[in-house]
Amino acid sequence: MTGKIALLIGTRKGAWGLESRLDKQGLPGPWQLVGPQHLGSVVSHIVADPRKAGYQLMSVGSGHLGPSVFLSSDAGASWTEAKTPPAFSPVATETCEARSVDHVFWLTPGHASTPDVWYAGTSPQGLFRSDDAGNSWQEVAGFNHHPDFFQWRGGDKDGTPDGPKMHSIIVDPADREHLIVGMSGGGIFESHDEGLTWKALNKGVAMDFYPPKDDGSEYEFGHDPHCIVMHPIHTHRLYHQNHCGLYRMDRDVSDVWQRIGNHLPKEVGDIGFPILVHPTDPDCIWVFPMDGSGLWPRTSPDGKPAVYCSRDGGASFVRQDQGFPAAQAWWTVKRQAMALDINDAGTVSVFLGNTQGQIWGSFDNGDHWQCLVNDLPHIYAIEVVRLP
Amino acid sequence: MIRVFLPSQVDFYTGGEREQHLDAQGINTLRDVMAALEQRFPGIRFRLVDEQGAIRRHIAMFVGETIVRSLDVAVADNYRVQIVGALSGG
Repeated sequence: MTGKIALLIGTRKGAWGLESRLDKQGLPGPWQLVGPQHLGSVVSHIVADPRKAGYQLMSVGSGHLGPSVFLSSDAGASWTEAKTPPAFSPVATETCEARSVDHVFWLTPGHASTPDVWYAGTSPQGLFRSDDAGNSWQEVAGFNHHPDFFQWRGGDKDGTPDGPKMHSIIVDPADREHLIVGMSGGGIFESHDEGLTWKALNKGVAMDFYPPKDDGSEYEFGHDPHCIVMHPIHTHRLYHQNHCGLYRMDRDVSDVWQRIGNHLPKEVGDIGFPILVHPTDPDCIWVFPMDGSGLWPRTSPDGKPAVYCSRDGGASFVRQDQGFPAAQAWWTVKRQAMALDINDAGTVSVFLGNTQGQIWGSFDNGDHWQCLVNDLPHIYAIEVVRLP
Repeated sequence: MIRVFLPSQVDFYTGGEREQHLDAQGINTLRDVMAALEQRFPGIRFRLVDEQGAIRRHIAMFVGETIVRSLDVAVADNYRVQIVGALSGG
């Protein structure tokens, strides 16, 4: 394996790239930071198109200006703005108030069979689709204008401090009409007809921030998933990191989430934002637990950052902290700020970025970590891309 | 002629030009000013005005010395329009 590996880094103050040339063993050499681009802009997500070499989309916001999406055809060397960025309908309907997109939070390429389709998730929460490679965007009306939408999304207080997020837009590799999305808050929803109709997928998920129902039943929606992943090959296997724990679902067995986070150490807990699944092994995942006790600092428990890896589908977890600071390191890692890559030998490189602006990498499946970059702005997102 | 002063935040669209002169013919409101700017600098309007027609929260627009929050405000020949990034954020 030769060529380069690059991290596409979105931060609160712009976008950077972190590149390294791979040696014959597929291991990276020295890392080079490139950028910034869109300095001063809030970059929530940069995503490379797996269907089209060198094609990337970037969500660009600003403290002052409205949201936009930028497109690159040359691996991020140059960018042009979308002609029609995601925007809600300009008039209210019976089921949907007139809303304005504050920022584009999430970008997902469409199915391999629809090479120009992209999806975007926004704050306030909305689902958008582009059929021309990100240049123009339309609402997914079946979702945004669903009669129950305002019930799904929870109250005005049920969202992250900078606004509720539509995230984790998943296009099933085995079925292009099967979509899954996460609303934070609101819950997980899925469609089997490419977005026309939707149903909730939240059975088994705790919702500790609402009072228990008098009849003992579960809430159907209103949950707070932080990040959802579908295994790219074994697509019946789903995981999700929730505000109320860490979960797994096997669609071929049941549509009920199982709380695998109970197998994390009690003193660490199972609260966090990101989750990664191994590209070929559906039983292998990585999470970065954060403190969800007391005032919910959402920092590394006890100031001791650690990744936890499970190789048995969440039945047990191994702490991976070699190389991380041993104490007084109060990291927060956002939901898009972990990423991985696998080389020809099957070794996984795992990367994470924290809100202190550091990028850390492991090149042995998470066993050992090293700091790759120290002084970037607050990191929102990392994606890995291979370059020639 | 209507003089429009633009903030640094939209340099991406204007190439750094901070002052624009618009022909007053056909311009009756601030909405018309925004349409003229959009024609000159495609994409600029949506960054300053949202899809519901509201001036973005952290953008301030002045007609003369008066700060305005609506695009319905009248603008006519010899008016001065200034668009600024509000004192917010960090």
